Amino acid sequence: MSLLTLLELTPLLGAVLLYAVPRQNAKLIKQVAFGLSVVTLVVSGLMAYRFKTNATGMQFVESHSWISNFGIRYAVGIDGMALVLILLTTILTPIVFLAGWNEADNGRWSVRTFYVLMLVLESSMIAVFAATDVFLFYVIFEAMLIPVYLLIGGYGRGERSQAAMKFLLYSLFGGLLMLASLIGIYIISTNQIGGTFDLAKLATLQIDSGTENFLFLGFFIAFAIKAPLWPFHTWLPGAAKSATPATSVLLLGVLDKVGTYGMIRFCITLFPHATKTFTPLIIVLAIISILYGAFLAIGQRDINGLIAFTSISHFGFIVLGIFAMTSQGLSGATLYMVNHGFSTAALFIVAGWMVARRNSSQIEDFGGLQRVTPVMAWCFFIAGMSALALPGISSFVSEFLVLVGTFTRYPVAAIFGTTGIVLAALYVLITVQRSLHGPTTAGNEELKDLNLREKIAIAPVIAILILMGFFPKPILNWINPSSQQTMQAAGYSDPLPKAGK
Amino acid sequence: MTTRSDLVFLIALPLFSSALLLLLGKIANKWGHLFATVISASTFGIGLYEFFAMRSRSGDARAATQHLFEWISVGTFKVDASLLLDQLSICFVLLITGVGTLIHIYSIAYMSHDLDRRRFFAYLNLFVAAMLLLVLGDSYLNLYVGWEGVGLASYLLIGFWNQKPAYAVAAKKAFVANRVGDVGLSLAIMIAFTQFGSVTFAGVKSGAASASPAALTAIGAMLLLAAAGKSAQFPLQSWLGDAMAGPTPVSALIHAATMVTAGVYLITRSNFIFDASATARLLVVIVGAITLLFGAIVGTAKDDIKKALAASTMSQIGYMILATGLGPVGYAFAIMHLLTHGFFKASMFLGAGSVMHGMNDEVNMRRYGALGRVMPITAITFGLGYLAIIGVPPFAGFYSKDKIIETAFNAGGSKGILLGGAALLGAAITAFYMTRVFVLTFMGSKRWDDQAHPHESPSLMWIPMVLLSVGSVASGFLLSKGSALVHWLAPVVNASDSEGGVELMKPIVVSALALGVVVLGVMTAIIKYGRSVPVEAPEGSLLTRFARRDLGQDDLNHRLLVLPGQAITRTLVSTDYGFIDGIVRAVGWTLGYISTSLKKIQNGYVRSYALLMTLGAIALLATIWLVTL
Amino acid sequence: MDISNYIYLSAILFTIGAIGVIVRRNAIVVFMCVELMLNAANLAFVTFARINGNIDGQIASFFTMVVAACEVVVGLAIIVTMYRSRRSASVDDASLLKR
Repeated sequence: MSLLTLLELTPLLGAVLLYAVPRQNAKLIKQVAFGLSVVTLVVSGLMAYRFKTNATGMQFVESHSWISNFGIRYAVGIDGMALVLILLTTILTPIVFLAGWNEADNGRWSVRTFYVLMLVLESSMIAVFAATDVFLFYVIFEAMLIPVYLLIGGYGRGERSQAAMKFLLYSLFGGLLMLASLIGIYIISTNQIGGTFDLAKLATLQIDSGTENFLFLGFFIAFAIKAPLWPFHTWLPGAAKSATPATSVLLLGVLDKVGTYGMIRFCITLFPHATKTFTPLIIVLAIISILYGAFLAIGQRDINGLIAFTSISHFGFIVLGIFAMTSQGLSGATLYMVNHGFSTAALFIVAGWMVARRNSSQIEDFGGLQRVTPVMAWCFFIAGMSALALPGISSFVSEFLVLVGTFTRYPVAAIFGTTGIVLAALYVLITVQRSLHGPTTAGNEELKDLNLREKIAIAPVIAILILMGFFPKPILNWINPSSQQTMQAAGYSDPLPKAGK
Repeated sequence: MTTRSDLVFLIALPLFSSALLLLLGKIANKWGHLFATVISASTFGIGLYEFFAMRSRSGDARAATQHLFEWISVGTFKVDASLLLDQLSICFVLLITGVGTLIHIYSIAYMSHDLDRRRFFAYLNLFVAAMLLLVLGDSYLNLYVGWEGVGLASYLLIGFWNQKPAYAVAAKKAFVANRVGDVGLSLAIMIAFTQFGSVTFAGVKSGAASASPAALTAIGAMLLLAAAGKSAQFPLQSWLGDAMAGPTPVSALIHAATMVTAGVYLITRSNFIFDASATARLLVVIVGAITLLFGAIVGTAKDDIKKALAASTMSQIGYMILATGLGPVGYAFAIMHLLTHGFFKASMFLGAGSVMHGMNDEVNMRRYGALGRVMPITAITFGLGYLAIIGVPPFAGFYSKDKIIETAFNAGGSKGILLGGAALLGAAITAFYMTRVFVLTFMGSKRWDDQAHPHESPSLMWIPMVLLSVGSVASGFLLSKGSALVHWLAPVVNASDSEGGVELMKPIVVSALALGVVVLGVMTAIIKYGRSVPVEAPEGSLLTRFARRDLGQDDLNHRLLVLPGQAITRTLVSTDYGFIDGIVRAVGWTLGYISTSLKKIQNGYVRSYALLMTLGAIALLATIWLVTL
Repeated sequence: MDISNYIYLSAILFTIGAIGVIVRRNAIVVFMCVELMLNAANLAFVTFARINGNIDGQIASFFTMVVAACEVVVGLAIIVTMYRSRRSASVDDASLLKR
């Protein structure tokens, strides 16, 4: 058993272990769950340590036959891109456990169920990034929906059932299209190389362009819903408003990355020609997402809705970077996935605390928090600065890489994308002004500042945000070979400088 | 090129101090301000040491670099965190740390009653660190980090008292206007990378030699946009007046002496771009000329002493930008004016702060008057700065501004006459409004009520003012003696000794002309404001009212950007719910409707199910029969 | 005798049974009609086995008989329980699925 499988199983076994703890002892359950997520983090750290930076291809590969009639295998393996996304998962899980220590207390079901679902979710997110068998990927891709559905519906706020149902139906619709494409590509593979779902083998298929376009669309729409890309985004604000902060962090911070990850790993690798065909359309959608998300973020009154729409804008940047098909764009987009994970985590966690204290998520109910709760206000401010990609904070590096990578091939798109940074400044600063500045709103005078547990939870996130702004090198070293491979698979190479040298 | 290993301390020390003061929180309240001041002074010490070390080297060895670490490396896009200290950056390092330290000292007293003084000093140190990074970065991307860093510090300091909504809005406005400029800088970097495959100054410089004129003009225009945002130049000037919401030492350091001049630094640093594109240069001089007149006109109508000074800053930076657009020789003059302006404007802002300190934070000059008698030191130091800015010989402004007017006239043809004329007109208006400020504040009759007890400020405040005013007296002479600064900067900006272009008028004639218009401006102001000044502002002519509203800049922005922006936001918010999500909900609703309709068949009677089954079977058989028929 | 007469008989029995299921309300009668339909099918199976000269049909008829026997057990149990709880064996009273 490779380290990777062990990593997938750790949280899953943890979830089983939780059933050994009595249901009433909520405190112990939380401690055990937190401890298990830390163990998972340690295992993933060990894996990162053993990961060979300069080697190409998949590492920690493991493959067993699963459903042999259809050539389906349990096949896992990671490259740099998958590694950083798995690390993102394993780092964020203990942090959200610690940050949202009490958020499961008032749910529909027990505290134990909450942590079991969370650990199952963590396990499936690790597995989805590790899968190299397309069918295995699909199964986990769909299975992931269940814990999220239950987490939103069972522990959320407001219209939680409706939001959970909308999320589920949207995702299932996408998954269905993907399944159709999956069957299609399997049938083609049976005709050419004998039925298989192995990603590397499927990439060698010769598909006629009409079929390829349809198969591409099946995958792409599933991923565009997950990402979410305009106009498939309307499930997100509702889910973000209803879910608990911990769920939101894992949903937007990690789970949605499966969409953009899938675009790189499956859409581009499997269907390079269709990618070329659809690139102009996708770039337009990405630009619309950037600007549309930003404008809607400006117009939001609900703080969680605001974060959701900023994410739509940021996902626009990621997709733009991916389909720019330059090494800067691809590496920037992958780095952006990681940075957006931490940045959104910081935003959701701090916003969650604000909402829990004020018992309202309307931005207008806050005000003057900087004087009342300075530490919390600072954390929110720094998170906001990372959302607007201030240089010196990690998101700047990725956003700039995406833009510069796009500019070398599609200058006009990059120019539109760049105007997004002004809108980003607006939506962040308007919110900061309304919630942190100004006179203290009536009813907020007694709000408590962060306690020690909360400070410990948010400190690593902020440290990572700032540290990775200055030293993105180690992560870029992991990502760069994957980007090169993707570009090769798609048959692109970087544009050369036009003048000089 | 020399390699040095101590440049990083220039940035690291204040950055560390800032982080320390912010993280320690209240524990550092007692000594935070002193610590920050000592750190700032020690960066000045390092700066001086570097300056003398540089002077002792010669030729190409003067420029020094320090490689810190590899920052970003993706494909051919490689950016290192490296520092470059050459003849141009050292001028800025000394200005930033020197003036910065004096303002730290001044702030100890000025902010002594504020509960958050430690936080204020943490922000000041953050600013110093970011500004030093801006001038020391060896690539456009490093510069960008400092560029936004000073923007952040400026935002935090303008909004230092952000419990007042108006101040919070002012801070936001400054940040957003700067961000518009940042779009320019980002795009300039992207074009540079696409064209030359490099974003370091050296790389772009070597690439610029063989680049297409269109690309160079595009880079130049984008850099100008960036400079306009940061340096409050037309059309992005509107934030500077509101930025006066910040504490006065901030206005002196950030919004007069250093940060707002970053645009001039950017253009001077990119001289190889502008030298190669006449179109870009033309854009630069147009922006400079418009802004210098714009600021001057606004300055004549403001009653708020800080806003009058802010308008003046805008106008003076207009001079500098104008100079940078005038070709190789202009850069040195722009930097010279930048340095002298740093001294005299900081001196005057600190003077204004001193006046406010004594007058319970009153900023309306119509309620001042005759303060010269009660605040003699402030009046004298302010007066020296005043004489320097209007360009009376032998004060600093005379040397630096005359050179710019002269160079503008020498630009050749009708362009030279237009630019020179604008610069000359600006000088006249400057003399008028600065005299107005001085007379309204320190001379005439007393117009403050009895609650105010104006008094001279403590020594911690006036010592920096005295030192700065010494600078405003002597710096011009020292910098221009034997063209010292021009020679010093020559290796960076490729300026030759001779002032290029056709000489339209002899320098002495230009000086005489300039002096003439200055005297005219001063006389007009004295006649108008020398005797009695109404405490309430008279309604004024149409032009006065227009100038009071900053020549309509905010109204224009409101109509052109804010209102359409809000409309777009509102429309999109309703479309998102009504249309896009509406389609999704419509699908759900339709399915629900179909289900409710079909539900009626399920009446619960077994026999009707049986009947349906039978009918279904018959239909099926019939179909098979018909098909196989 | 023409062997197809058995098929006609089977069809008639089946139709009688089906009509009985549809029109009668007494659960016992409905149940018996179902049995009639099953036996009609059995008759057809056996007839076809005879026509084709193999025993596949006869095997199928045994299956049907087993299923029918099971059905009798379960079905009668349901009817008895229904009668116990509502004092009626009318199928129309058991329309709880509607809600």
